[in-house]
Amino acid sequence: MAVSETRKPGQELPADERRLGERLRAFIRTRGFLVGTFVVILIAMYVAGLIAGASAQRLLALTAWGLMLGGIIALGSIGLSLVYGVLKFPNFSHGALVTLGAYVAYTVVPLLPQGEALRPFSFGYEFLVALVVAMPVVGLVAVAIDRLVYRRLRNTGAHLVLFAMASLAMAFFVRSMIYLIWGPDFHFYYPGRANPALYLPFGMRVRADQLFILVLAFVLVAAVYVLLEWTRMGKAMRATADNPHLAQIRGINTERVIAWTWMLGGGLAAAGGIMYGLSSQLRPEMGFWLLLPMFAATIMGGIGNPYGALSAALIIGIAHQVSTSFLDPTYGPAVAFVLMVLTLLIRPQGLLGRTEG
Amino acid sequence: MSQLIFLKGLMLGIALACILPILLPPGVRWRVPGGIVLGLAAGLGIAASVPSGYLSYFIGFMTMASLYAILSLGLNTQWGYTGHLNFGVAGFFAVGAFTSALFTIEAPTGLAAQYTQVLFGLQMPFLVGVLAAGVVSGLVAFVVAVPVLRLRLDFLAIATIGVAEIIRLIFQNERWLANGPQPLRGIPQPGRCLFESRHCEWLPESLAWLIEPLGTRDYTAFYLMIVAAFLALIYVVLERTCRSPWGRMLRAVRDEESSAAMNGKNVTFARVQAFVVGAVVMGIAGALYAHYTVAIDYSHFHALFGTFLVWIMLMLGGSGNHRGAILGAILVWGVWAGTAFLANALEPLLALIHEDLPGRAQYIRWLLVSLLLAAVVLFRPQGLLPEEMRVSNHLRGNGH
Repeated sequence: MAVSETRKPGQELPADERRLGERLRAFIRTRGFLVGTFVVILIAMYVAGLIAGASAQRLLALTAWGLMLGGIIALGSIGLSLVYGVLKFPNFSHGALVTLGAYVAYTVVPLLPQGEALRPFSFGYEFLVALVVAMPVVGLVAVAIDRLVYRRLRNTGAHLVLFAMASLAMAFFVRSMIYLIWGPDFHFYYPGRANPALYLPFGMRVRADQLFILVLAFVLVAAVYVLLEWTRMGKAMRATADNPHLAQIRGINTERVIAWTWMLGGGLAAAGGIMYGLSSQLRPEMGFWLLLPMFAATIMGGIGNPYGALSAALIIGIAHQVSTSFLDPTYGPAVAFVLMVLTLLIRPQGLLGRTEG
Repeated sequence: MSQLIFLKGLMLGIALACILPILLPPGVRWRVPGGIVLGLAAGLGIAASVPSGYLSYFIGFMTMASLYAILSLGLNTQWGYTGHLNFGVAGFFAVGAFTSALFTIEAPTGLAAQYTQVLFGLQMPFLVGVLAAGVVSGLVAFVVAVPVLRLRLDFLAIATIGVAEIIRLIFQNERWLANGPQPLRGIPQPGRCLFESRHCEWLPESLAWLIEPLGTRDYTAFYLMIVAAFLALIYVVLERTCRSPWGRMLRAVRDEESSAAMNGKNVTFARVQAFVVGAVVMGIAGALYAHYTVAIDYSHFHALFGTFLVWIMLMLGGSGNHRGAILGAILVWGVWAGTAFLANALEPLLALIHEDLPGRAQYIRWLLVSLLLAAVVLFRPQGLLPEEMRVSNHLRGNGH
């Protein structure tokens, strides 16, 4: 800010000479105001739900489901945010990677000998194996797409919009491959297997699978935290996101960093897709449906900031579910979109983005 | 040549006479009269020599190609001239289509009102519907543009994807607005009465014998004429405006934002203007589409058809070049139609790989066009007809 730059050390802090309008505008751009806006919106949604006739218990259950949905969105948007931060373009094919992950796991599950369901969950051990297999597979697909398409663009120094367009082409490419291999029908990991809800305190009814999804999301986010903060690769990733040229000068192999970013992003997207498939069903458009909430979480949290993406995803998930108490459930993406536009209006750098834009 | 074939050839010829002069290279002398003569001759020739089944396929093909060419022109104003990444073309297309439908349709009464619900049905003439479609689509674009265009350009891409999705959701869910998930049927077609056995009231008796042999099946040729005329009109208008100082300002904003601002141009306002103009053109395309298919519903405005194909057309044809946009639309629509035959031809081969695959052959089309877009982005981002760097109309041949 201009005021602080001109101040010399030891000089008295000048009185705020800005006009009221400027001060108001600066206040609106603060993190606190943005958080306050979200809190007000969420409270308004609860009130609207109560007015529409939903019981307090139902709203509580919706909140719990919202946290779970937020976990799924977070898994997708962390990868999206990392790729956006390191490679500086919005990856429109991320939704297709989410779908691909779900379908790869769907293929792996029947290949394994079927075990008993791990009660209280609805899935057996083979599902967990499929999860572990699908994550690196999708990561490798993401790396392969990068090698074939995006690296060529990087080498020619193409503009951001060409990357965005190429990613749109790849989105439709992966989606049409999914249609070709698995067909347009709905699928379930375990068709017809019951997953009764658990009775939790305060009369909440939540399925065990949903708790698993939430816990897994937090475990994976914690793993991302460890990777980014404590490993050399994580440090290199953050450095590349900050300033790729400087990172190169300091001897960081940015191509390797980029490959690992795709690996990480693809793997997390796959996990998100598998969790989404477990909570509802698999369909080729599921990733496209999640694309808007994922982008909303990425922008709301601050581009390139995985923790911001996580917190924004949880807000979006809760808002999405609570809104169903007074709004047609298909308008879910619209709720995420409105929150995103509000963020862009109030504080374009997002919740955890740096204050200096 | 019978009277029927002559009339069909004449309608096709007028349509081609609207499109061909645009496609001929601008350096050619006698471009406009030559194109018109060539178009008329080609129309009559095709009608006389081609069996009527193929002829109606060709007419349908050209109608859709011209509709897409209008969409592509609209996108060219936004992306080609101003650098807006609009990934929500389908949204403005849908707004235009439903607006024009509501303005021209007859509101159902009595028993029919239980099956078809509309917000209003004004029974206005076709041209009013098209005009309203452009205006409403432009208004929607304005509402979207004002908060988003102040920010980074990549946010616009995300925001427009969201807007298109929400517009589609609204037309899917809101029964009271335009009959919810069910199709909105019975959109009137302009000049349709000419082709029915009892001719239009305004047509003098003395002229009725001229169009006597035409039946309702021949209406498509007449509608192609209307769409082609709109295409030519929009092309001329956009070409004039983009060559005017306004077009130069847009390109300046796109390439050198700060120097445009330094020269006293309101950068944000220029961006909003270009976005709105493009959306108006897309809305008009939507209106023309609605009156072409007669029944529309939300599923017609899927991102695949509404947005993705248009982007491939513009990128292949050449962004920043109106002729390229139209050429790209016709070529890509040709590829798209051709891949349908290819998918059919591949079915026996696919059956050898897996028994389920032939039923999914249509998705091979998506695979091929997505590879086409990737190839264009990678190997020829400027398109087939690159943008012409023209500073002034009075400096001919000055390429810099």
